[in-house]
Amino acid sequence: MQVNEFKPKIVAFCCNWCSYAGADLAGNNRLNYPADVKIIRVPCSCRVNPTFILRAFQRGADGVILCGCHPGDCHYTSGNYYTRRRMALLFSMLDYLGIERERTRVEWVSAAEGAKFSTTMNEFVETIKNLGENKRLEDLRCKK
Amino acid sequence: MQKITRESLIQKGVELLENGTVDRILGWGKGEFGYDITPTVFYDKESFSKNFEFSSFCGANFSKYLLKETRKGGKILVFIKPCDSYSFNQLLTEHRFDKDKVYVVGISCEGMADVNKIKQKYGEIASVKEDENGITISTLYDGDKTILLDEVLLERCKVCKGKECVYFDEFIGEVKENNPQDRFEKVSALEKMSADERFAFWQNELSRCIRCNACRDVCPACTCEKCVFDNPNSGVENKAISDSFEEKMFHIIRAFHVAGRCTDCGECSRVCPQGIPLHLLNRKFIKDINGFYGEYQAGKEIGSRAPLVNYKKDDLEPSEAVKREEE
Amino acid sequence: MKKCSKENIYKVFNALSSDYSVYVPVKEENRTFYKKYFDGVVLAENFKTDRSAKDFFFPQSEDLMKFKTQGKSIEIIDEREESEDFIIFGVPACDEASLRILDRVFLAEPVDTYYQNKREHGVIITTACSRPEASCFCSTFDIDMARPQGDIRTYKIGDYFYFEGLTDKGNKVLDKVNALLEDVDQGEVEKEIENIQKVKEKLPLKDLSVKDFGADKTQEFFDRKEWAELSNACLGCGTCTFVCPTCQCYDIKDFNTGKGVQRYRCWDSCMYSDFTKMAHGNSRNSQMERFRQRFMHKLVYFPTNNDGVFSCVGCGRCVSKCPISMNIVKVIKTLSKGGENE
Repeated sequence: MQVNEFKPKIVAFCCNWCSYAGADLAGNNRLNYPADVKIIRVPCSCRVNPTFILRAFQRGADGVILCGCHPGDCHYTSGNYYTRRRMALLFSMLDYLGIERERTRVEWVSAAEGAKFSTTMNEFVETIKNLGENKRLEDLRCKK
Repeated sequence: MQKITRESLIQKGVELLENGTVDRILGWGKGEFGYDITPTVFYDKESFSKNFEFSSFCGANFSKYLLKETRKGGKILVFIKPCDSYSFNQLLTEHRFDKDKVYVVGISCEGMADVNKIKQKYGEIASVKEDENGITISTLYDGDKTILLDEVLLERCKVCKGKECVYFDEFIGEVKENNPQDRFEKVSALEKMSADERFAFWQNELSRCIRCNACRDVCPACTCEKCVFDNPNSGVENKAISDSFEEKMFHIIRAFHVAGRCTDCGECSRVCPQGIPLHLLNRKFIKDINGFYGEYQAGKEIGSRAPLVNYKKDDLEPSEAVKREEE
Repeated sequence: MKKCSKENIYKVFNALSSDYSVYVPVKEENRTFYKKYFDGVVLAENFKTDRSAKDFFFPQSEDLMKFKTQGKSIEIIDEREESEDFIIFGVPACDEASLRILDRVFLAEPVDTYYQNKREHGVIITTACSRPEASCFCSTFDIDMARPQGDIRTYKIGDYFYFEGLTDKGNKVLDKVNALLEDVDQGEVEKEIENIQKVKEKLPLKDLSVKDFGADKTQEFFDRKEWAELSNACLGCGTCTFVCPTCQCYDIKDFNTGKGVQRYRCWDSCMYSDFTKMAHGNSRNSQMERFRQRFMHKLVYFPTNNDGVFSCVGCGRCVSKCPISMNIVKVIKTLSKGGENE
């Protein structure tokens, strides 16, 4: 039975030094992850500021995931530590405004963790599918 | 220690002008009705003595004006209330102006009145008088009324962070005991609501926004030379809201950008022409910062490292940050 | 002249609702605003709304047209639709006067069809102000709060609303609800007008005069040194322009929707640093110049181009809303040559 025809749009911001390579590794190992995930490569997870995430939602994303190096492993020493604080506050704020907390996520995925990349993405897409379409942070003009 | 009056401040200002410590004064200027105070720079003692005003309606925080004023020559005297001194310190921490160009007279404060609260309660005000007994307003249609300051305090004064200035060259007045209410009460109440209720609450509040930018322009922590929302090349510039997304975007980013630097001075809510409780966004960040990373009061000391440009190796994960809410 | 009781006014609204969208002033949580009438909506005590009736005709943002690209072709989609018929009830004299000022801008050639469409379908029912605010100064601009214009004029006297049709459009509306209205003599209204004249005398700004300002006075005021002092505290926010019932500047912008382009216009404020930004940069670089522009426009430039009519109606919204309490009243008083405003 087809429960859900909904194809979510997922934006994944991936750090050049870890998860972006992790996605490559997943591909090399023939591990699947849904095509709904659109990867945007960033030089460091710390490059992502809250505007990026909000704009992704504005332009029609149903979920946004940010992948960076494991804490302590940042290519630039400390970038992901700042990311962690920033996103903790931003996600908490989005939740405070009544926006579903499951729509945003941060995961630490290293270049060697192709399998983790694949399972993370599969899981996240499943979560968003269950949540349904993003209605609370949408820009109607982009939907018309 | 003396009680602060308009006269005592004029005396102090004139003294500092005459002995050459400063060449101008930033103070509260008289308005039409007694409660409409305009921040004013006075260059001579005559206009200062005539037009300077000090009353329970002097809520305006002057710290931000110092950015502009310290770029001019000479030295300026500024009167700073305890809560304003936090913004002052925060700006110094961010190296936004040269403190040697400012002479700060810290003044004690017993709280400031919210003129909108008075209007809502007592109707239209033709004029205001103030003495030891309290504030006397002449209403247009209902005669004279004497009101107690405690009934009509500005939101930020109800949760006053301290009666002592954290920066001054000279302090006058008497420091009274401080009995603030819990400033996170409303934030906690909102957190306890369901996501749908919170969404409905903010939708209702934020949908009234007319994007006049007063909250941003008055904020002593908002000191970018060019705001992303004014920059046509930023991709997020929007002069007016044409979709409900944009008001959320603006207010999340505005509050986020001052997170960790906001001293909770409450100017954003005071100036909002639509009465949106913007301080509830800022206080959410403050509450989270306190809870996640330890108590932090922006502007308490010069040179302190703001929470968002700092980290610990064992900070909590973003997923834990939102989980906490469910408890 | 007709009248109806305060209870029956809701029957009138109900009856009109079948042909029109009826907007009435309501007060909720200390805010007064126009709400579309439905059964159960209660009128506010005081009809002066936080934002003026301008919003109905010239909304904060308005879609103009859409572009859709397909391959190399661009399709242009006209988004104009015939406006619904609507009634705004309880408009004060100042806000009604502001619409006539906006007409001079939007209905002059080339006519702004977006505005014209709404203006043609809108019926303005004004109400005389018996309880003006302390910040009101409409008499400065020869607006009579006791004899408002519009399509229908109403008075709130005791337990009754008194109606007087002023235009064909207004009389057509009154005919529809004739059965609910009673005939009445003029005397009561004359008495009310007298009362209002007395109330006017109490207003703190009743003696404000703009006789020094007007058409062709640019040279006289442009270089006045007081501008620097007046504008010094200005934050450069747009509160005054956005609450003003006569401010009419807008910006036209394109929004990339990902599937095409949405062209819309939105209010703009001469107080903003990016107002009328052109390829070479901004035409007014300091806040002093921007501040001066706003008040010169209201008091000198607009009258110069519009038969001496000032572009301010004295509604007092900017007076009560400005974060730093700088406003047109202080500007007029400071720049007047003395005499009446001293």
